Amino acid sequence: MKIPLSWLRDYVEIDLSLEELARRLTMAGLEVEEIRLVGLPMPPANPTGIPHEFNYTGLSWEPDKIVVAQIDEVMPHPNADRLVLCRLNDGTAEQTVLTGAPNLFEYKGRGPLPAPLKVAYAKEGARIYDGHQPGQVLTTLKRAKIRGIESYSMVCSEKELGISEEHEGIIILDADAPTGMPLVDYMGDAVLDISILPNMARNACVLGVAREVSALTGRPLRLPERRVPAIGPAVEGLARIEISEPEYNPRFTLGLIRGVKPQPSPYWVQRRLRLAGMRPINSIVDATNYVMLETCQPLHAFDYGVLTRRAGGKAPTILTRRAAPGEKLTTLDGVERSLDEFTVLVCDTAGALSIAGVMGGAESEVTEATTDVLLEGASWNFINIRRTVGAQKLNSEAAYRFARGVHPELAPYGVQLGLERMALWSGGQIAAGLVDAYPLPQADPEVALTAQDVTRALDIHLSLEEIAALLSRLGFTCRTEGETLYAKTPPNRLDIGEGLVGRADLIEEIARLVGFDNLPYTRLADPLPPPVEEDSTLWAEEHLRDVLAGLGLREVITFRMTSAEREARLYLPGSPELEAPYIRLANPISPERAVMRRSLLASVLEVLERNIRLRDRLAFFEIGPVFLPVEGQTLPDEAGRVVIALSGRREVPAWNEAASGNMDFYDLKGIIESLLDGLHIRGAEYEPAGSDIFHPGKCARVRLGEQVLGVFGELHPIVKARYDFLAAPVLAADLHLSALLEASPAGYTASSVSPYPPVLEDLAVVVDEAIPAGQVAEAIRQGGGRLLAGVRLFDIYRGEQIGPGKKSLAYNLTYQAPDRTLTDQDAAGIRQRIIRRLEQDLGARLRS
Amino acid sequence: MDELQSLEQAQAAALAALEAVNDEAALEAWRIAHLGRSAPVMLAFSRLGQAPKELRPQIGQAANRVKQALEEAFAARAQALKEAALQRSLTAERLDVTLPGRRPAQGSLHIETQTLREMYRIFGEMGFQVFRAPDVETDENNFTALNIPPYHPARDMWDTFYTTNPGVLLRTHTSPGQIRAMRQFAPQPIRVVLPGMCYRYEQASSRKDIQFTQVELLAVGYHITFGDFKGTLRDFAQRIFGESLRTRLRPSYFPFTEPSAEMDVECVICRGKGCALCKGSGWLEIMGCGMVHPTVLQNGGYDPAKFSGFAAGIGPGRVAMLRHAIEDLRAFYINDVRFLEQF
Repeated sequence: MKIPLSWLRDYVEIDLSLEELARRLTMAGLEVEEIRLVGLPMPPANPTGIPHEFNYTGLSWEPDKIVVAQIDEVMPHPNADRLVLCRLNDGTAEQTVLTGAPNLFEYKGRGPLPAPLKVAYAKEGARIYDGHQPGQVLTTLKRAKIRGIESYSMVCSEKELGISEEHEGIIILDADAPTGMPLVDYMGDAVLDISILPNMARNACVLGVAREVSALTGRPLRLPERRVPAIGPAVEGLARIEISEPEYNPRFTLGLIRGVKPQPSPYWVQRRLRLAGMRPINSIVDATNYVMLETCQPLHAFDYGVLTRRAGGKAPTILTRRAAPGEKLTTLDGVERSLDEFTVLVCDTAGALSIAGVMGGAESEVTEATTDVLLEGASWNFINIRRTVGAQKLNSEAAYRFARGVHPELAPYGVQLGLERMALWSGGQIAAGLVDAYPLPQADPEVALTAQDVTRALDIHLSLEEIAALLSRLGFTCRTEGETLYAKTPPNRLDIGEGLVGRADLIEEIARLVGFDNLPYTRLADPLPPPVEEDSTLWAEEHLRDVLAGLGLREVITFRMTSAEREARLYLPGSPELEAPYIRLANPISPERAVMRRSLLASVLEVLERNIRLRDRLAFFEIGPVFLPVEGQTLPDEAGRVVIALSGRREVPAWNEAASGNMDFYDLKGIIESLLDGLHIRGAEYEPAGSDIFHPGKCARVRLGEQVLGVFGELHPIVKARYDFLAAPVLAADLHLSALLEASPAGYTASSVSPYPPVLEDLAVVVDEAIPAGQVAEAIRQGGGRLLAGVRLFDIYRGEQIGPGKKSLAYNLTYQAPDRTLTDQDAAGIRQRIIRRLEQDLGARLRS
Repeated sequence: MDELQSLEQAQAAALAALEAVNDEAALEAWRIAHLGRSAPVMLAFSRLGQAPKELRPQIGQAANRVKQALEEAFAARAQALKEAALQRSLTAERLDVTLPGRRPAQGSLHIETQTLREMYRIFGEMGFQVFRAPDVETDENNFTALNIPPYHPARDMWDTFYTTNPGVLLRTHTSPGQIRAMRQFAPQPIRVVLPGMCYRYEQASSRKDIQFTQVELLAVGYHITFGDFKGTLRDFAQRIFGESLRTRLRPSYFPFTEPSAEMDVECVICRGKGCALCKGSGWLEIMGCGMVHPTVLQNGGYDPAKFSGFAAGIGPGRVAMLRHAIEDLRAFYINDVRFLEQF
């Protein structure tokens, strides 16, 4: 909301600096986003050394160089048809000023003007905006010859003074402007751009902000006065109102003014409208907009003559109702609109006139020829207006306010103010009275509050009188009964609730007026609540992150929105995953992000792909949810996944070392083994697994008992080829977070280190190629029993010495007892049991 | 006396020869020549029997003296040679310490994880525990129960991603977690931190993205005041950004809190003097917060006449941006390794 300072001053005295005013408003919830100077000087830097807390834009007018002047005569230019010469008095001397302003041409060659034209005059050396360049480009007026006539000064347009973009002609000031006065003193201004919070709809107007300033500073609020008597024949009987659904239209008020002459509004009105961001149209429409900007109450002016004609010469009836099925209306912007069943229309007996509260229709609009105006002030259900704005994708200044709520009490007030402005700016006679239908009166809550309530909420002690004084400044009517204050909501706001909600609303207002920063700081003194259960899984998950980072992997966090196509890259043709259901977005921001991911692996592989050429070695992990729709369940399962992706060199290349080989399946498996160690998960088993993603021979499932912890392996060559990867294998793991955390014991015990020396020996066994190494190691462990403290594979041999179809596996074995030194016989005994077990279970033989 | 003279001459000659010895081999040759079996001093011992009886003690003593002197000289020379050799090898092995080191493969935690943990730690010390809630939420939890009924103008504050399943959406903030926590724990008091990924349907920019992590703070109890709310949040802001930084609360509006506020912290770069980061204002907006709205307490299962509470929403992304001068929030989920390696 753009609030011109001069307008604000109509209603409240302001003796704060501009900067301080903006700070007070901001700290009361009316955040000043920008201060646009329109003539006024830039405030000096504040004493704390902070230059300015607010964002200033705009132009300051130099008092000695830009003044009010009067044009006494407009003469033709001797050498140019499109230029004129003005005989101008700047208060001290007569000047000749050259201009091409089209709005002076009508005065050309008429001789001395009976009523001199008041203008904004910029002298030589004045800094103004260049009127001929787009945007705002500062320029300094210099002496120059134009078509043989010397020019050194200028009569200015609004654009040149930074008032608006208007550059069609020069500003013609109101006739009472004092010649010679510095322009900044006459109409220097600043516009505060205030962001209006949804619960402060009442402040989307100058009076609303003035009321806040009054409440914050204690200066009295001066409401606009009405000076034009309504003495025309009464409107009663000249128009009727029928409201079909009061829920949608609680109030509808009409006033009438006859004998108006639409014309350009006084300059100060046009200037205020432009500063507030609206375009002046004519003195009738401007009056409706002016009152809306002033009071928040939107008004709509009908041509009464047109309505009477549509009613067949009778007194028109205004009806409000919801749109009929299939009903259409062409709005002022020329668009034919299909209406929804909830769209509310303002109609007469001949048909729809406008979409209620949003936009009018063309036919009944005020024109140059209008003489009688029927003025509408209504109130609408704000939720329904918002729905309509959304459905029609149509907004307007009126809809902006109606969609946030306009109090019904404002309707007659606004209509009366509007009629008054019309009479002042367009002539005419105001009909006595109003036609007012108010079928659903607004009940303004009266809220009970005690001093203790305030203390309990805000930690400050205020007496009931002090509380009442604060609330009264905002317009509340307060009375006390014993220890309780009853505050009646003023008839301009809809944001105060009943009961406990109302109490919270009032406490907020008190806190705001006292100033949040003036309330004390304390620390929580309530006893600590009992612990939250979820905590343990969080810290287990965080521990998992530490383990993975400790293993040399970098954590990534990816987007959880993706597309089915992006995930489909991961799967071989025919994979059931390609048919799996997704959580789909109804309004995706792009086709690339249209569903919630089912695969975290797909996301992490995209990260690997993006980085593949940036480093010789890449190792990433992510822990996060995937979204799996479940039949009969409103919300999907958000299953946690732990994904690892690796590619490139085993070691970071160094200048003094030959490059290491590429990471392969066993590097990944080592990471997974270490990961399980880090979680103290013992006894996990690895088995070959089929997969739609991985190389069929280089893929394993990891299990703990019946519980599958996840799968990992080298990407299938077909899958890998779909990504922009390099020659090195791409390894990936997709593990189940909850399974890992469940498998991880809540506690674990450590065993003491034996003080007795271990016996070390090597053992090489020959087995069939088909027997997995895991089975051999398992047989060794079973054979060795408790005294076998370590088994480490150190070599695999295949070759002539052992014959085809065989392999030899060589192990370092460690035997150790916790309570004694093992003898040679002990060691030989263990060895024999191991060999026997290998022979019996696996048909292995010792390699000699 | 000839024998005595020749012993002296032998000693002098040997010591002179030792001067010229510069390596192990020459030292060994010298030892054989001057202390070996056929060395002059040794020969003097073997000739002792032939010397006149009265001269024997004198000659014997002299020979012993010479032998001892040569042995000492030998030992000293051997020690000196050893030290010189060590010195030479130390010199020869000198490295260029400015050459790059050999680095192990390094892992790291995402900056968001690191920031989250720091927030958990600070809030944890104030008694707040982590409580998590899902990303895909009901309209009821995300809006209606938070005092934002359908078509309410306040819904304009959140640009929402809806799913094709009516009434199901991607949470626009972590506040639905408030409802979940309250409904789970009511009527027990609560102090929780609610972290989570949130989603907004809006144009991504350097300051915001369609997906972002938020941390919500919720305290509900019997005697929680606006002062507790101010104090807790100021303590947090000063601990995470710096003890000396000022904070301020500006009134704001959220449907689920009242009073509502935005907390600003003095600009971490210019300390309030005005710079590009704070757009000259000296202040940075870091969180939205407020006292829990009575309607929300009620919806959560608490009697608003007895209970009060406060809530706040903070972006760890924003915190990390301010603390590490990260210019573009979008870097967080792009995961360029050159970004990740810095944390």
